[in-house]
Amino acid sequence: MSEEFKIEIVNPERSFLSKEDVTEVVVPAFEGEMGILRDHISIISFLKPGVIKIFSKSGEENYYVEDGIVEFKNNNLSVLTSSIFNIKDMDKDKISELLKQAEVHSSNSEITDQDKYLVDQKIDVLKTLN
Amino acid sequence: MATLDDLKKRIASVKSTQKITKAMKMVAAAKLRRAQENAEKGRPYSEKMNNIILNLSSGISDKENAPKLLSGTGEEKIHLCIVLTSDRGLCGGFNSNIIKKAKAYFKKISEEEKTLKIITVGSKGYDQLKRVYKDNIVEKISFKESKTINYLDAEKVGKLIIENFEKKEFDVCTIFYNKFKNVITQIPQEQQIIPLKTSEVEGNSSDDNYEFEPDEDEILSNLLPKNISTQIFKAMLENSASEQGSRMSAMDSATRNAGEMVDKLTIEYNRSRQAAITKELIEIISGAESL
Repeated sequence: MSEEFKIEIVNPERSFLSKEDVTEVVVPAFEGEMGILRDHISIISFLKPGVIKIFSKSGEENYYVEDGIVEFKNNNLSVLTSSIFNIKDMDKDKISELLKQAEVHSSNSEITDQDKYLVDQKIDVLKTLN
Repeated sequence: MATLDDLKKRIASVKSTQKITKAMKMVAAAKLRRAQENAEKGRPYSEKMNNIILNLSSGISDKENAPKLLSGTGEEKIHLCIVLTSDRGLCGGFNSNIIKKAKAYFKKISEEEKTLKIITVGSKGYDQLKRVYKDNIVEKISFKESKTINYLDAEKVGKLIIENFEKKEFDVCTIFYNKFKNVITQIPQEQQIIPLKTSEVEGNSSDDNYEFEPDEDEILSNLLPKNISTQIFKAMLENSASEQGSRMSAMDSATRNAGEMVDKLTIEYNRSRQAAITKELIEIISGAESL
């Protein structure tokens, strides 16, 4: 039996990525990283800032996301996100720019606890990428 | 009757107007194609979003404690209307169609003696509404600087709406925009986004048993604000395609009208020139006869 399933990543502007031969995907779900294999139970969850890892026959791909929703159903994984970048395309300048924005946001005194948690997550992830 | 010189000048000016409208039509046609592509590309996101929300809200256990964005505040006293128009004119009935639709709704609201608040997106809408509804307009937004429709702009509007909702500034939120059907038809739309009418959400609800992580309520309260931005973004995309379509057909008929006018003026010009020649001939002949 094949172990592949389909992944589709869409952002509001276009369909970002669509692949049919994925064997494993690791998404940064809100309550911790979650690995998805074929025939996973139907699930809906949302993402925190982190890295989506996609494993397929052609190799491994990494994408940085800031937020989003994942839905897995009938071996179709859909990721809806408004901010996603291929890590290969992210250079140092881009990362430090995002990091700076996040730090400014984090030091804002009116930030809610949940936002603070998310922004701190973002800073951690960006620091490891940098 | 106008002199020959006047006619000549008029013909020249109509011809140059025609050149401009023709160029505008070409530009609109090129932009329309891009806008249409963008609208199509944006569709999967909003469709998927709708499906997920539908699945979530049908699975929600506790209707009483459902997020307010979904169930409403329980009152219907203050209505917020988001009117999405273009920043540029010369696009036929595009803006006035939205305004007409919105005004009909405003009238209904004021007849029911409810409070009306308006946010205009796009400067043309503000220009048309400020005369009558100046006191109702709480905010005017314009994205003149952004060359393309982008999600960040929509998110700004979305955040503004959520902020106001959390401050309990309004109970019901409706957006007005033009839905793009084809180049000659754009349908003005009125869509309620808060509270969300789940019955109106298109898509097929499935009876799949989803696992939720974290639970439904938390996902919903995270997702609904995003859905607002998504709906605004969808409306903006539809609007921009409609604007270009409307401009294209308006400029097309303007070009045709200018062509007709040039024809008419040319005939008039030729006739009066001929009349002048004939008059001169008669003068010469009758002068020669009298000798």
